[in-house]
Amino acid sequence: MTTILIVGIVILLISVVFQVSKTSEMVTILKGAAQSRKDATKIIALMFLFFGPIFLIGCFWSAVHFKDAFLPESASVHGVWIDNVFNITLIVTGLVFVLTQVGLFLFVYLYREREGQKALYYPENSKLEMWWTIIPAIFMTVLVVTGLFYWFKITGPAPKEAMIIEVTGKQFNWIARYPGTDGKLGYKNFTLINDNNIIGMDTTDEASHDDIIPTDLHFVVGKPVKIIINSRDVMHNFDLPHFRVKLDAVPGIPTTFWFTPKYTTEQMREIVKNPKFNYELACAQICGQSHYAMKMAVKVETQEEFDKWIKGQSSYYQTIRPAAPAIAEANATNDEKTEEKK
Amino acid sequence: MSSTATHHVSEEAIYHEAEWHEHHHEEHNGHDHKDTFFSTYIFSQDHKMIAKQFLFTGIIWAVIGGLMSALFRIQLGYPDEHFGFLHSLLGNFAPDGKIDPQYYLALVTMHGTIMVFFVLTGGLSGTFSNFLIPLQIGARDMASGFLNMLSYWIFVISSIVMFSSYFVQSGPASAGWTVYPPLSALPEAIKGSGTGQSLWLISIALFIASALLGGLNYVATIINLRTKGMSMTRLPLTIWSFLLTAILGILSFPVLLSAALLLIFDRSLGTSFYLNEIYINGHAMVEQTGGSSILYQHLFWFLGHPEVYIVILPAMGLVSEVLSVSSRKPIFGYKAMIGSMLAIGGLSFIVWAHHMFVSGMNPFVGSIFVVLTLIIAVPSAVKVFNWIATIWRGSIRFTPASMFAIGFVSLFISGGLTGLFLGNSTVDIELTKTYFVVAHFHIVMGVAAFFGLFAGVYHWFPKMYGRYMNNTLGYIHFWVTFIGSYLIFWPMHYQGMAGLPRWFYTHNSYETFNHMGDLSKFISTMAIIVFIMQVFFIINFFYSMYKGRKVKEMNPWEATTLEWTTPIEPMHGNWPGAIPTVYRWPYDYSKENGEGFIPQTEPMKPGEQVLHH
Repeated sequence: MTTILIVGIVILLISVVFQVSKTSEMVTILKGAAQSRKDATKIIALMFLFFGPIFLIGCFWSAVHFKDAFLPESASVHGVWIDNVFNITLIVTGLVFVLTQVGLFLFVYLYREREGQKALYYPENSKLEMWWTIIPAIFMTVLVVTGLFYWFKITGPAPKEAMIIEVTGKQFNWIARYPGTDGKLGYKNFTLINDNNIIGMDTTDEASHDDIIPTDLHFVVGKPVKIIINSRDVMHNFDLPHFRVKLDAVPGIPTTFWFTPKYTTEQMREIVKNPKFNYELACAQICGQSHYAMKMAVKVETQEEFDKWIKGQSSYYQTIRPAAPAIAEANATNDEKTEEKK
Repeated sequence: MSSTATHHVSEEAIYHEAEWHEHHHEEHNGHDHKDTFFSTYIFSQDHKMIAKQFLFTGIIWAVIGGLMSALFRIQLGYPDEHFGFLHSLLGNFAPDGKIDPQYYLALVTMHGTIMVFFVLTGGLSGTFSNFLIPLQIGARDMASGFLNMLSYWIFVISSIVMFSSYFVQSGPASAGWTVYPPLSALPEAIKGSGTGQSLWLISIALFIASALLGGLNYVATIINLRTKGMSMTRLPLTIWSFLLTAILGILSFPVLLSAALLLIFDRSLGTSFYLNEIYINGHAMVEQTGGSSILYQHLFWFLGHPEVYIVILPAMGLVSEVLSVSSRKPIFGYKAMIGSMLAIGGLSFIVWAHHMFVSGMNPFVGSIFVVLTLIIAVPSAVKVFNWIATIWRGSIRFTPASMFAIGFVSLFISGGLTGLFLGNSTVDIELTKTYFVVAHFHIVMGVAAFFGLFAGVYHWFPKMYGRYMNNTLGYIHFWVTFIGSYLIFWPMHYQGMAGLPRWFYTHNSYETFNHMGDLSKFISTMAIIVFIMQVFFIINFFYSMYKGRKVKEMNPWEATTLEWTTPIEPMHGNWPGAIPTVYRWPYDYSKENGEGFIPQTEPMKPGEQVLHH
């Protein structure tokens, strides 16, 4: 009933506006197009004059108002660099934004058609045009140089001491794999994937035996971590918003991103003043029905806490071993080989 | 080969012109049997009728595309509520009055596809290239009226195929408008990648054929059929923008066609151009390995980026023209405007990988694209400064057209500047794939291009139908759309800065994003209001077509260009007599003592200052 009422009101309003507009067109015919344009000009010019400042103040006010909604201070070392480039870009573009919008709306008001307003025949000015080509070019150079300086630092090779974690995306969750005590990830092969071996770990490779597949991600504060990103079906995107990390997970083409977490979860809780705060891993590339729910909990902790946590985890090989007889025939040969080795 | 073909065409056109007088007389005497209802309104070869056909189709698509956005904004703004009318409208795609997550993605995908291709390419470029090229360069019609007609009807077939995908059981394509494989290649991954995706690919292939036929025709016409005296540097900027748009389309659309063909092969012939090491639906796809989905992204964006300029260049041309006419001033820096369009057109081919900074592409390659991308900001900035300089010390006449042109400049500044954040790969890591991107491209190429389209329709409506559109409705339409668009898209920057990714059915499932609910509700409400308010344009358009105030003078806007030298309602062939000769550039406004205007057809006076030859 309310729907019908709302629709009715909307239709009524629209028809009222239409009727009024139709009448105004009659007036135009009576007064002549030039006169009615003259009458409208004053109002429209004033509206532009008011719109300009309201718009600019609105932009500024809303940015301040929503400040707390933005991502908090970066939780990674490189994220601070990204935020720096963001801020430099904001200053440069903010300046241009204000100058051009003010110019636009002010000129629209000042140079409206009215008695005695003569247009100036002013088709070009090479000097002026040269300057407003060179000045943007200089600003662009500054932005490119700063941006790329950090870009190469961010995308450069990971430090040798970096902890390695493999993360595989699938519809619709993430699978993390830690290399275990040997520090090496075992081989895997997508043809070995099944319900029990969710990333297709090649159990004939002994390096895989101590690999751990936990249910959430743990990083050590201050310790560089290199993520090897994979996908087992469609494209996903490894998105850690608080750490300013984003990289596609492409089936068949592993990608890597390294970074250094700066604050533990506890420290971040104090920074954002929210005792319930948690880091989250999201998927940022459209990947299907439950794309919006493809998340994983992330925890940053001290080395001791991390060591304690990882000790409590059993290797994936151990968890899938007891189920070995139940594994599909496809894996039978692999299992035999492992048996022989033993 | 092609040069001889176009040469032949131009000869035919000259021959055509010689016959014109006689033919026209016949028409008057009623001996002409050529013009039936079908040949005038349906299979017309008159560029003006084809332009109107494109405009009609574009309007229909814009309503459909806009409606989709209103529907998925309902889901985003009111994620916990159920609406009965959604179920009535979408049936099984919205069980219990709540849009199904897969269908949500279908709506997003189709909204993007429709708006980018069918409205802002077909509708915008198709309408104004067809309408204005012959009229403004002084030609009887397009180089090939038949190919032109073919271009429109292939566009219609393409539209029908796309529209039919709404009615297949598994729903329309759902992998995002960029349809990245493997998602778009595997029906097991998402239902929309079944029949819906096949129809999408067929439709786009047809669309490309239509765009190529149209584009070749535009280029051939502009190069060959300019009237006497109409040198390239006397062309209105509209024509320059249509020329570059057509060239961009001709060079980039075939690449999309190849991308689509390879995807069709992967989907139906078992090839693996884009597929590698995939385990889906309980089995490993061992037969299809060795491909790269990044290859698809390169091919797609090689069209996709020029496509952005295919959308925005015609709008820039229309706005330049409208601003100059209504400021009663020459466009500032005519040659710089052409130069910057050439630069934008050229650079648009070598910036595509800025869409792929986080795709896993080599970071060094990314760095090259950062440099090239930020270079393209320079000619864009020049254009903005020149527009502002054009209105400086003018005598601005406020018509709905000029207001939309002013709005365009404001939007292009706002949306263009945020491109500097995204074009810088370092910042892009944080902002890519978030609502910041959505805000950026909607303002700079979505709403801005729509503003160019509106400016064009309001300005040339009198030429199309011999009647004016209602000004009051036009003013209301402008303010609602202008303010409303900023209210919709400006807050999206903030959502992006909060890290909120695109393509999310709801953001309640993350602690990180669920404080965005109120803002989303606000955006959704605004989007729905602005969508409904477009009814003022639709009513105005169709009402004025039949009942609008009649145009009594040939040149209602006091413009210098050739289309206003034709009769109020020009016949097929545009000029009843000989085609006018051009003696000057198109921007001699207020040249004499700050008043008046000098049409292009007026010979130079002795001693008059010559700007362009």
